Amino acid sequence: MSTLSLPQDESRQLAPPPGNLPDPPGVATLAPASATAPTDSTTTATDATRWEDLKVVPARLPGRWIATAGVAVLLAMVVSSLVTNPKWEWTIVAQYLTWPSVLNGLWGTIRLTAVAAIIGFGLGTILALMRLSRSPLLQAVSSAYTWVFRSVPLILQLLLWYNLAYLYPTLSLGVPFGPGFLEFGTLDVIDKFGAAILGLGLSQAAYSSEIVRAGILSVDQGQHEAAASLGIPRSRQTLRIVLPQAMRTIVPTSVNEIIGLVKGTSVVYVLAYGELFYTIGVIYGRNQRVVPLLMVAAIWYLVITTVLTIAQYYVERHYAKGAVRTLPPTPVQRVRWTLQVAWSRITGRPVPAHLPPAYAARAAVGRGHLLRTGTNDRHVGGVA
Amino acid sequence: MTATTTRPTPGTATAPGTAAAPGTAAPDAPAAGLVEVRGVHKSYGTLEVLAGIDLVVRPGEVTVILGPSGSGKSTLLRVINHLEKVDRGFVAVDGDLIGYSRWGDTLRELKEKDILVQRTRIGFVFQGFNLFPHLTALENVVEAPVSAQGRPRAEVEAEARELLARVGLADKVDARPRQLSGGQQQRVAIARALATRPRVLLFDEPTSALDPELVGEVLDVIKDLAHGGTTMLVVTHEIGFAREVADTVVFMDAGRVVEQGPPTQVLDAPRHDRTKAFLDKVL
Repeated sequence: MSTLSLPQDESRQLAPPPGNLPDPPGVATLAPASATAPTDSTTTATDATRWEDLKVVPARLPGRWIATAGVAVLLAMVVSSLVTNPKWEWTIVAQYLTWPSVLNGLWGTIRLTAVAAIIGFGLGTILALMRLSRSPLLQAVSSAYTWVFRSVPLILQLLLWYNLAYLYPTLSLGVPFGPGFLEFGTLDVIDKFGAAILGLGLSQAAYSSEIVRAGILSVDQGQHEAAASLGIPRSRQTLRIVLPQAMRTIVPTSVNEIIGLVKGTSVVYVLAYGELFYTIGVIYGRNQRVVPLLMVAAIWYLVITTVLTIAQYYVERHYAKGAVRTLPPTPVQRVRWTLQVAWSRITGRPVPAHLPPAYAARAAVGRGHLLRTGTNDRHVGGVA
Repeated sequence: MTATTTRPTPGTATAPGTAAAPGTAAPDAPAAGLVEVRGVHKSYGTLEVLAGIDLVVRPGEVTVILGPSGSGKSTLLRVINHLEKVDRGFVAVDGDLIGYSRWGDTLRELKEKDILVQRTRIGFVFQGFNLFPHLTALENVVEAPVSAQGRPRAEVEAEARELLARVGLADKVDARPRQLSGGQQQRVAIARALATRPRVLLFDEPTSALDPELVGEVLDVIKDLAHGGTTMLVVTHEIGFAREVADTVVFMDAGRVVEQGPPTQVLDAPRHDRTKAFLDKVL
């Protein structure tokens, strides 16, 4: 027998409570030794050889069934109300979902998110490295930045950036405290989009810097020492040794932040910039179909978040390379392998050779058999 | 001693070819792998970890450092490759002061960049391996010669494969550390330390984190390296290894070198009570 059931299962099988002794119909009898001598609960060796022949009755879990039924009913109620209540006006939702100005607004949201995320995480990484540097001034500047930009509400920052021209009508590039070479009007540089990405990006940088810093701190000190002992240059230590390992901690929280940013862009409506939320507002202001248009926006936000979540899975998987012995299968692989196992069990044909052993074994297992094979990715609850 | 020879531009590595062959150097000429530790003091807060260490390791020799935990053995190794700064005293490898350069009567602290260059001449093998987990065995070995020494990748890769074969891991070049046993990981770490062609190899309890069964394979690799021309300092608790491989055994206690000499003398006829007491417990 290659794989045994769990020890507690064995003991359950070996020492049945006296009340169970008359075997229920259809269940194979236990070995005669224990049946004829019920007082002797320690007989093991002779029974062990016959465990393969025993039938397994899955545990009955009435509580789980009741809970499942309850949730199913609630789910059905939600779906039915979505379908039957005409006020949702799904036809209008469908109509506006791909409306050109809605798609334009969607593009605005994506653009804002992308640029703000790049500014946020780029500057955030620099701030994190400043915070971890040995220079007290750099540390202080980084801390102060984080303090200020985490304190001031985003909506206030957006309006402030948009009104920068009031404080500084012109901006110029030149020698600090000296003459300027290039001069331009603030309003030409910081338009609505400019103010929006400044507000979003700079406040995002404050949060991202803490995420990156946490990631760097999570890398074992021995890694820094090993890199230093090999004489690897400082910048290379950071980029090649430390950051790739820090990414394990950085990625989940960062995607969280980016998803927050996607929805955070809706605050930019205060600048009347044509992102998704503002566009939707303009449309329902005209046609009064408030709820269906809000649904349009909700659906698009859902789509963006879904894409990001899938991307997160694969990015995390990429950076898990050094942290686990073998990578777990992707959902796509899992579905494909499960289908292949099912197919082989229906048709009786052998499973493809590339299947991992855990899946191949599942295909070979007969129903009601005590041989159980756990897959790595799932705790085996019932009989395979 | 050679360590005080004025070298206005330290940090710029002397080409390995210009150094004298190990073992043949005259005492007053810088040789490949001469380690000098002079009057080194090091404290953490009020705790004095190294209380005046003087130690000379001749080129190509194997020195095993023994001593109870807390005696400063590991700190001494870490001071030699400047992972720790000394409070007083100095360390020199082949006459180059580690971490400082001498300008007339003043010592100038080196920039980190120059210290990193010095470190490529001193290999370090950690107790906990400290392999880079996200890189394969080969990438671990290739990283430093390419990024720290600027050698061409193709040449380094060929050499790295040879090194991994030498430590018995020719078939594991593409494995990541997590896929290897502790003994295999430590052997990769040794190959990685050798990749920069160091003149001195420091081993900080290289087998302490290993299952007893795996200790042998790592010690065998270190034995093969011994007397291969590289100076080696090994902190270990493996007395048998010390007896077999060491040219010199150094016994340390409370931040001082209590006694040193050939293994037959220090291990079999220790002169100090402290050494006797320690060996009685360990043997």
